[in-house]
Amino acid sequence: MPKLPAPPLPKALQPKPKRPGQNGNGKVDPKEAALEGGIHAIDWIDERMAISGGLRWMLFRKVPRGVNWFYTLGSATLFAFLNQAITGVFLAMYYRPDATGGAYESMRYITDDAFLGQFVRAMHKWGASVMVILIFLHMGRVFFFGAYKYPREMTWIIGVVLLILTMAMSFTGYLLPFDDRAYWATIVGVNINGTAPFLGPYLSDFLRAGPEFGATTLSRFYAIHMLLLPGLIIALIGAHLYLVSKLGISAPPWIKSHEEPELDIAEV
Amino acid sequence: MPDKRKKNLSKYTVDLNMPGAFEGETVTRRRFMNITAQGMGVAATMAFSLPALGFALGPIFSREPFEWQIIGKPDDFTETEYNLRVITLVPNVGEAGKSTAYIRKRWPAVDTEPEDEYNHIVALTSRCSHLGCPVRWVASASRFLCPCHGGIYDFRGIRVGGPPVRPLNRFYTLIRNGYVYLGPMYSVNVELRRFSNRDPGQPLDGIGQYLYPARFSTSTLPPTTNLPLPPPGIPAGS
Repeated sequence: MPKLPAPPLPKALQPKPKRPGQNGNGKVDPKEAALEGGIHAIDWIDERMAISGGLRWMLFRKVPRGVNWFYTLGSATLFAFLNQAITGVFLAMYYRPDATGGAYESMRYITDDAFLGQFVRAMHKWGASVMVILIFLHMGRVFFFGAYKYPREMTWIIGVVLLILTMAMSFTGYLLPFDDRAYWATIVGVNINGTAPFLGPYLSDFLRAGPEFGATTLSRFYAIHMLLLPGLIIALIGAHLYLVSKLGISAPPWIKSHEEPELDIAEV
Repeated sequence: MPDKRKKNLSKYTVDLNMPGAFEGETVTRRRFMNITAQGMGVAATMAFSLPALGFALGPIFSREPFEWQIIGKPDDFTETEYNLRVITLVPNVGEAGKSTAYIRKRWPAVDTEPEDEYNHIVALTSRCSHLGCPVRWVASASRFLCPCHGGIYDFRGIRVGGPPVRPLNRFYTLIRNGYVYLGPMYSVNVELRRFSNRDPGQPLDGIGQYLYPARFSTSTLPPTTNLPLPPPGIPAGS
C-alpha cells in the first residue's frame, strides 16, 4: 500500500539551518574558516586602499542598449598588447642587442634551442600583426559608429597617439632579429623618416645614433622598443580606459534615445 | 573687472592687511613658499631630464673621426669598367658596418666635372639615393639597377629612371704612396657639384638643398696627412 506523505511539521519543530561557522557540534568548519580568513584579508587591503569602489566603478558601469561584438575590439587590442608585453619580457631574457653578430645568434638560440623559444617568439611576432590589425578595426568601429564625437574627442585623440606609438613599436621591433630583411627594412625606414623637410636629416641621425648605421643603432632601437614606447603606451592606455569609464560608451547609431512615437500611439 | 579693483591697491603686503607682513614686503610668504617649492621641483626634474635628453640627442651633434682606407693600386682599375670593393663605413660592428663601392679611373671623355686631386679615381657608393637599397652595376646594360623600387643610373651614377632624387653618392679618393686611398662619402647634385654627405631620399637640386640642410655628424674632408701606410707585405709603387 502506498504511503501517504507525512504531514508538514509545525515551524517550531522543523530543523533549523546551521549557523555560519559551526558544523553542528560547536566546532568551526576549516573550509569556512579559510573563506572567512580570505575575506578578512581582502577587507584589510580594501579598507586601506579603497580598491573595490574603483573596480566596481570600472567593471559594473552601465552600458547603453544595443552594444554588440564590435564593442569588444578595444579590449581585444588591449589583450593583444598584454600578450606583446608578457612575451616581450621573456624574450628579453635571452635577447642580446649586439650588432656584431650576437643579436642574430641570440635569436637563433631562442628559435632553435630554448625550450618553447620558437613558440614565444612566434607569439610575439604574430601578436604584433594581430595588434596592428585589431587597433585599426577598433579605430574603424569608433569612426563608423560616430563614437569619437562630443564628449569623447580626447579619447579619440589619445587613441590616435596610441596608434602612432603602435606603429613605432612595429618599426623598432622589426630591426631586432637582425637578419638581412630586418637590416635593409630599417635602412629604408630610417631614410623615409629622413625625407621630412628641415628636421628629417637630424631625425635620421637620432634614430641611427650617427650618420651611418653603427654600433649603437641596434641597442638604441632595442631601448626604444622595450622601455620608452611600452611605458608611454601603458600610461596612455590608462588614460584611455579612464575616459572610457568616466564618459561611458556611446550607443550604436541605430539606437534611438527615446521611444518611437508610433509605438506610443499604438499603445494608447 | 578685477584689474580695475586692484588699481588702487598698493603692491606692499602690509597695505593689504596681510597678517604678519613686514614693512616693504611685496610677496606674501604663502606665495613665496609656493614659488620656491615648485621651482625646486622644476629644477630637480630638469637636473636629470636635460642631461638624459642631451645624452640621447648627442649623436646628432658629434662627428666621428674618419680613417682613409686603402682599396688597391691605381693600375687595378680601368677607365671603362667598374671594380667592386668591400669597404668599411663604420669600424668595429662587423658586417653591419661594411658596404660596397664601385671604383674606376677617371675617364676625361666622359667625366666632365672639374678634375682635382680627389677624383683621379672615381668611387661610387652602392647605396641607392632613393631609400638606400644596394644598387648593382649591370655591365651589359651599362646601368646601375636598384632591386627595391627600380632606380636606374647611368655610367656616371646619374639617375636616368625610377624614383631616385639625385645621383649616387661618391667617395673622396687620393693616390698616395702608389696606392688608392678611399675617404669619406659626399653627395652630388645632378651637375655633380659636391655637397656634404646626405641621406638617400633627399634631393639636392633647386629647393632641395635648402629643405635638407647639411648634418652636423657627417665628415668634412679629413686631413690628408697621417694617411695609413700600406701593409708591409705589399711593395709600394707599381
